[in-house]
Amino acid sequence: MSVAAPPQLGTGPGASPAASDRAPTSWKGPLTYGLLGTLALVVFAVLGRPGTSTFSVATPGDLFHISPVGVPSRLTALVLSLLCLGLAALAAVRTRQGRPTPGWVPGTFAAAFVLAFLSWAVAGESIPFTGLLQGTLFLAVPLVFGAISGLMCERTGVINIAIEGQLLAGAFLAAVAATLSGNVYVGLVAAPVAGLAVGLLLAIFTITYGVNQIIVGVVLNVLVIGLTGFLYSTVLATDAANWNQPPGLRRIAIPLLSDIPVIGPVVFNQNLIVYLMYATVVAANVALFRSRWGLRVRAVGEHPRAADTVGIKVNLTRYKNVLLGGAIAGLGGAFFTIGAGLAFGREMTAGKGYIALAAMIFGRWSPKGALAAALLFGFAEQLRISLGIVGTGIPSQFMLMTPYLVTIFAVAGLVGRVRPPAANGTHYSKA
Amino acid sequence: MTSPAQPDPVQPDSARSSAPDAPAHGPADAGPDADRRPDGRDQAGVVHQILSSSWLLSLLALLVALVVGGVLIAMADARVQDASGYFFARPQDMLVAVWDAVRNAYVAMFNGAVYDPQAPSFQRSVRPLTETLTVATPLVLAGLGVALAFRASLFNIGAQGQIIMGATFAAWIGFTWQLPPGVHLVLAVLAGLIGGAIWGGIPGFLRARTGAHEVIVTIMLNYIAFYLLSYLLTTAAFQRPGSSNPVSSHLEPTAVYPLLLGPGFRLHAGFLVALAATVFVWWLLSRSTVGFRFRAVGANPHAARTAGMNVEWSYMLVMIIAGGLAGLAGTAQVMGTERYLTAGIAASIGFDAITVALLGRSRPWGVLLAGLLFGALRAGGVTMQARTGTPIDIVLVVQSVIVLLIAAPPLVRTIFRLPAPGKGRAPRPVAPAPAKEVQA
Repeated sequence: MSVAAPPQLGTGPGASPAASDRAPTSWKGPLTYGLLGTLALVVFAVLGRPGTSTFSVATPGDLFHISPVGVPSRLTALVLSLLCLGLAALAAVRTRQGRPTPGWVPGTFAAAFVLAFLSWAVAGESIPFTGLLQGTLFLAVPLVFGAISGLMCERTGVINIAIEGQLLAGAFLAAVAATLSGNVYVGLVAAPVAGLAVGLLLAIFTITYGVNQIIVGVVLNVLVIGLTGFLYSTVLATDAANWNQPPGLRRIAIPLLSDIPVIGPVVFNQNLIVYLMYATVVAANVALFRSRWGLRVRAVGEHPRAADTVGIKVNLTRYKNVLLGGAIAGLGGAFFTIGAGLAFGREMTAGKGYIALAAMIFGRWSPKGALAAALLFGFAEQLRISLGIVGTGIPSQFMLMTPYLVTIFAVAGLVGRVRPPAANGTHYSKA
Repeated sequence: MTSPAQPDPVQPDSARSSAPDAPAHGPADAGPDADRRPDGRDQAGVVHQILSSSWLLSLLALLVALVVGGVLIAMADARVQDASGYFFARPQDMLVAVWDAVRNAYVAMFNGAVYDPQAPSFQRSVRPLTETLTVATPLVLAGLGVALAFRASLFNIGAQGQIIMGATFAAWIGFTWQLPPGVHLVLAVLAGLIGGAIWGGIPGFLRARTGAHEVIVTIMLNYIAFYLLSYLLTTAAFQRPGSSNPVSSHLEPTAVYPLLLGPGFRLHAGFLVALAATVFVWWLLSRSTVGFRFRAVGANPHAARTAGMNVEWSYMLVMIIAGGLAGLAGTAQVMGTERYLTAGIAASIGFDAITVALLGRSRPWGVLLAGLLFGALRAGGVTMQARTGTPIDIVLVVQSVIVLLIAAPPLVRTIFRLPAPGKGRAPRPVAPAPAKEVQA
């Protein structure tokens, strides 16, 4: 994928040696920050809209009632865009000194930029802030599972384009199994099995038969869409009561934690799949970067021959991880049906698997990053929904485009180069 | 699917025999150079592998896919389900029911795709065949775009977006401008070509300049194109006056592909464009210097660079041409069959085109035949759904099983116990590769 840079062995994403290895100091970062900051200053503040932006943070059943926060739109945007420009200046100074920009800068910049945008977009209106966060998390959950599935595979060098198919298969089997058994937890167990089955096909064709991974991924997506669509029309739609009326997972409020204002009900009053998501992110991050297993997995993805030489079974590792990834994505698929309390619908994942792929890349092949990217993409979509209700001048289609545009910028190296595992997409055979 | 059912002892044997079949993998991985461009090497190997599978395997793959489809059709049939309830009492009932269900579905599919003997007139009887050609037209064009990129070992997953942009450009010329008949048609086609070429050129440019992987960029551009079109269809420039739906005005009659067989048939001149494009791609790949460069870059970018070829420029050019071909597929949609622009103008043609290119083994004439086959499956699927109630989704299943099997010749050989080609040959000596590695 990278043309110029030779692969650096064993550098995880965000690992500091990668930054110093990067050939001459790049001004792309500060430049991008500066441009975006100026844009924010001009559009959101100088040409801004008068009025007050109101963010209501109350949720029914809150322990403390917080009255809606109203801020003057232009002034807030001005302060925030100046903060953005300040960060751009900081990045410029650091780059000039040849030192890396601190890790907190991108996140803070993004937050300030988004808030400036919000205060501009909501001017004269009110937007439920808690609802925004709730929707963000809701939309991000399948993306997180999908992205972690993708990176589990890609860390061993197998590209998983079939995330979409795995999500869809998981959603399908979760709905059917939960309806047939009348028990939602049977659906929760069935979903990973469905994802695993798709993962198994991916593994057989790519690892055993050496078929190109991208081809298999694309074709498996078509296969799953065809299969689920066929079964949906012939069985699920004709006899919904027996096949497609899954019970939904209950919300479980975690005592104390769920009483925290604003954050509590959003983060700690969710159903089991969301808690499993938190656990998956933490477990995947620790396992990949802090365990012997993770080191081996990454070795297989970076330099399979070297890994083989020291006795790691390359293709066995790949098989295990592709199956694991399939199961994780399948579990994420369950969120579409039993997680949201909905019946299965034809092609209901609607390209979420591809956004998950984007989240994985934008998150630089790390679980932490995938979580952040998925939340960002979920936020972009929720924003479209919320602002659609409020009614601003921005066409909703452009907000829907954001995740994809951001990903292109990321892979093209406009906002810091992202680097995939070196052996990504290659078939390995000993001969 | 079919593979797990196979007895194990056969599998390792055929897997081993597949090694000499695709020699590009082993040595490529071993060489120190392989690290620099892992994907380029492997893609070249895969393309080689796709090309080296024989027509027999394609036919057998089709057979297996139809059997898989048949199993699904039988499973979904009400009579089969009834008969399976007393299978052990009267097994022949179920077998008859299975046979009837599968036969009826496939006969209906054939009637809808090729020839319908029950139709009242000869004209109506052959109409299905023209319908197949109509459906195949955009598939062939977009399939050529995908196949051309494959030959340069680029994965053009973005045909969908390129079709959308091609259709958008062509449609805009088609309903906004007022021009004399011939000129308008040619301009609209050119606009479609350019629209697709721009959308294909972006990933080509990014790949050449920044090394951004074209798979990711093209997938993202598909969505961007879709949302861009959705947005445009809400603007005054595109939305049909007086309509609140996101649809454009009808194209001017001067900017529509003329019908080839008169008003009774949907077959339009876009099919001739598809034929011409097939000849063009054949000429480009087999007879032109540019095409030779594409193939050289696809086979081995390092060797091509060493030979003095501009690899980056080739990546860009091939994506531009590929995008242009997919853009022509967009014109076939908007100027041929639909005649106005909607957000769903590209249907799923862009993704089907990938399977078309794979089935056609990335050769122009192969793509033409594969496009016709999938066009027939599509056209027949519609009739099948109408007559027997079998959902058209079965076509997707058949299509994807075909392509999976085509891409994995050892699997088909295992299923049919075919001898592997070159099995008699002595296995390729493995000694040199490790020796080289020790030195490095």
